[in-house]
Amino acid sequence: MSTVLKIEALQKSFTLHQQGGVVIPVFDGLNAEVAAGEAVAITGPSGRGKSSLLKLIYGSYRASSGRILVRSSEGWANVVAAEPHNVLDLRRTTIGYVTQFLRVIPRVPAEIIVAEPLLERGVDEAEALGRARQLLAKLNIPERLWHLSPMTFSGGEQQRVNIARGFAAQFPILLLDEPTASLDAENRGRVMDLIEEAKAAGSAVIAVFHDENERHKVCARDIALH
Amino acid sequence: MKTLLSARDIGKSYGNRVGCENVSFDLHAGEVLAVVGESGSGKTTLLRCLSGHLQSSSGEVTYAMRDGRTVNLASLSEAERRLLMRTDWGFVHQDAREGLRMGVSGGANVGERLMAVGARHYGNIRAVSEDWLARVEISKDRMDDSPWAYSGGMRQRLQIARNLVTSPRLIFMDEPTGGLDVSVQARLLDLIRGLVRKFNLAAIVVTHDLAVARLLSSRMMVMQQGRVIETGLTDQVLEDPQAPYTQLLVSSVLQV
Repeated sequence: MSTVLKIEALQKSFTLHQQGGVVIPVFDGLNAEVAAGEAVAITGPSGRGKSSLLKLIYGSYRASSGRILVRSSEGWANVVAAEPHNVLDLRRTTIGYVTQFLRVIPRVPAEIIVAEPLLERGVDEAEALGRARQLLAKLNIPERLWHLSPMTFSGGEQQRVNIARGFAAQFPILLLDEPTASLDAENRGRVMDLIEEAKAAGSAVIAVFHDENERHKVCARDIALH
Repeated sequence: MKTLLSARDIGKSYGNRVGCENVSFDLHAGEVLAVVGESGSGKTTLLRCLSGHLQSSSGEVTYAMRDGRTVNLASLSEAERRLLMRTDWGFVHQDAREGLRMGVSGGANVGERLMAVGARHYGNIRAVSEDWLARVEISKDRMDDSPWAYSGGMRQRLQIARNLVTSPRLIFMDEPTGGLDVSVQARLLDLIRGLVRKFNLAAIVVTHDLAVARLLSSRMMVMQQGRVIETGLTDQVLEDPQAPYTQLLVSSVLQV
């Protein structure tokens, strides 16, 4: 299997200027590699930086030093040093990220939220909406809700819309932050199926799982944070 | 992606007082840049310098014209600059009265900009105006009313229609939702967001509201005392702010 993500000597600390300049170290020289088609779990105690690592790979946190190399269709790119425009391009084409919570935008219907990653790639609207509806159906969101803004949806429904959005487009690198938290057994199963499908399609999956059984089911190995 | 507007070392001083200084950035086609900072941080001064409403004291702005030429804005003649401002650019003012002609009807406000670029056929102008008013959710039966009879939110939407009717590629916005009720704000923001995407508009949005920046922009510049103190992707700046002032700004937002 070919490597698509390389983390080299990653360092990250937070300096809290408003709280006396306290420095909170998170990573001090982290190294990891992930290949296409495999799933790797990030493990470690709460507060150890599991979500932070996902955010660093996605580029929403800024590394203090080190490199995060991702392989895109245009070759290797270093997220840590990339220009903002290039990071945005990577997010459109290469790195997908399912966050823990949906960012609801007033007045935007669920099906459009789900279709957006495809629309941003220039996929035809009918085709993008078709894929969105298929995913919403698969995740048991009732059809009568598809045209509504998820503003008033339950927490579980919002999370399923969020997952549908994350899986709408195929990404070579897929970051998942507790994708099954707050879901019932049936929907957890559906999400597990989606992850397996993404792996089979060649995505490298890097995930934080709350549930140990699910983690073992999907992920062959760990990036352990101590 | 192509650079649409490029600013280098823009500065503006009012006598001894600094409006803004050493501001440099590139804006790509279709990209939305938010400029945030508290009042007096120089963000509006910067916007006015970039858009040609104010003469900057130093630096230069270059722009990729529709015909493919990249020009230094200072080298344009007054006539060329005016043409650019009413065709390829838009400016949405915080106070809609500054951006509208209050003495003519809502429909005429939109039609006027079309006439400025050479439209002459009354029926066509009216049809296009009506279409644009519908896009900003102003119904046909309000078309002939004066903007004085519009609510604040409607005036702001009218201003947007007036700006977008000539299919500009770049739009400057100065606190576009300032002074509006939150419910009206949400509607306006959603409208702006949709239009920006649909027409692949580039925009520079000045706001003190971080939620507005988050919703509309992909990149952000934070200003303090006339200088840019932090730049980055909007989510980077908001989730992992580096500068002390940005951290203060982000941590001061009340959660609901």
